Amino acid sequence: MTSIGAIPTGTRKRSDFLAVTRDVGVVWASLFALGIGFGVLVTSHDLPWWLAPVISATMFAGSVEFLLIGMLAAAVPIAAIATTTFLVNSRHLFYGLSFPLDRVKGRIAKAYSIFALCDEAYAIITSSDPATLTTRRISWTQLGLHFSWAGGALIGGLVGATMLSGVKGLDFVLTALFVVLTFDGYRAHRDRTTLILGAAAAAIALLIAPESMLLIAMILFTVALGVRHRTNRRNTDG
Amino acid sequence: MADGTYIATALAAAVAITFALRAAPFALKAALRDSGLVTDIGRWMPLGAVSILAAYCLSSIDVSGAGHGIPELTGVAVTVATHWWRRNAVLSIVLGTAACIVLANWLLP
Repeated sequence: MTSIGAIPTGTRKRSDFLAVTRDVGVVWASLFALGIGFGVLVTSHDLPWWLAPVISATMFAGSVEFLLIGMLAAAVPIAAIATTTFLVNSRHLFYGLSFPLDRVKGRIAKAYSIFALCDEAYAIITSSDPATLTTRRISWTQLGLHFSWAGGALIGGLVGATMLSGVKGLDFVLTALFVVLTFDGYRAHRDRTTLILGAAAAAIALLIAPESMLLIAMILFTVALGVRHRTNRRNTDG
Repeated sequence: MADGTYIATALAAAVAITFALRAAPFALKAALRDSGLVTDIGRWMPLGAVSILAAYCLSSIDVSGAGHGIPELTGVAVTVATHWWRRNAVLSIVLGTAACIVLANWLLP
C-alpha cells in the first residue's frame, strides 16, 4: 500500500491521519471487531484460516463475504456465487453517481478509492464537510476501513473462536453509525422530501422483498429521484 | 476440505464483479457529464442512501429472540439522545454501542 501516490511525508500527513482517526476511528475499531467475527466464521466452516484476510483484503464488501463463506464451504457452482455477488453488491451502482471522486487526485489513489468504496466509506465521505475532503483524508478513511476489516479477519482466522467472538452486540456500531449519519444528513439541509422518499423506499422494499431489501430500496429510491428531478424541472420551466 | 482452484476462481469472480459494480457508475457519470439528473442525484442520494442503510440495520433487529431486541432498541435511543444532546458522532456511537453491549451480554443475557 506504500505505492499510493497521494500519501505524502511530513507533518501534514500526520495531522490528516490524526484528524481522520479522531473522526472515524470508532468505525475502524468496529470493522476490526466485525472482521474478527468473519475470521472466526471462516475457520468454523473448515476453510483455511488465511482465506479470511485474503477475502477481506481483495473483496472488501462485508455482507457478501459472509454469504460467500457459506457458499464456498458448500462448494456451490461459481455461477451461483457470481449471481449472488452481483445481486447483493448491485447497490454500489448507485454510490458512484454521487461519490466525490473528483476530490481524489492521482490515478492510483482514484482507482483505490473506487475499489474500496464500501457502504461505510460512501456514507462517511459523502456526509463529511466538503471543504475537508482532500485526497489524503479520503484515502486515509478508506485505508483505515480496509486495514481494520482485513486485520480483524486475520486475527479472527488465527485466533479462532475465542476472545471477542463471544461478545454480542458489537455489530450495533454500524446501526449507530447509519442512524447518526441520517441525523446529520437531515440536519445539514433539512431536506424532508429526501428523507421521506428514503424511508418509503425502505418500507416498501421490506414489505415486498425482505431478502433483498437494500437493492430493491435503492432502485425504488433512485426511480423516485428521477421522477422528482423531472417534476422539479417541469415546475421551473413552466 | 475445499479445492484450491475452485476457491481461487470463485473469489476472482466475486472480486471482479464487486469492482465492476463500484466502477461502472463513474464511467456512466463521465458520459452524462452535464446532466442535471446526475447533479440532482448527487445532491439527494447521500441522505437517501444512509437512511436506507439505517432502516436496513433497524429492520434486522430481532425482537423475537432472547433479548426481544431491547439491547438494540435501547442502543438506538441512547445514540439518538446523545446525538441530540452533544452532536458528537463518535460519542453518540460509542455510548449507544456500549449500552447495547452491556444489556445484551450482562443485563439481559
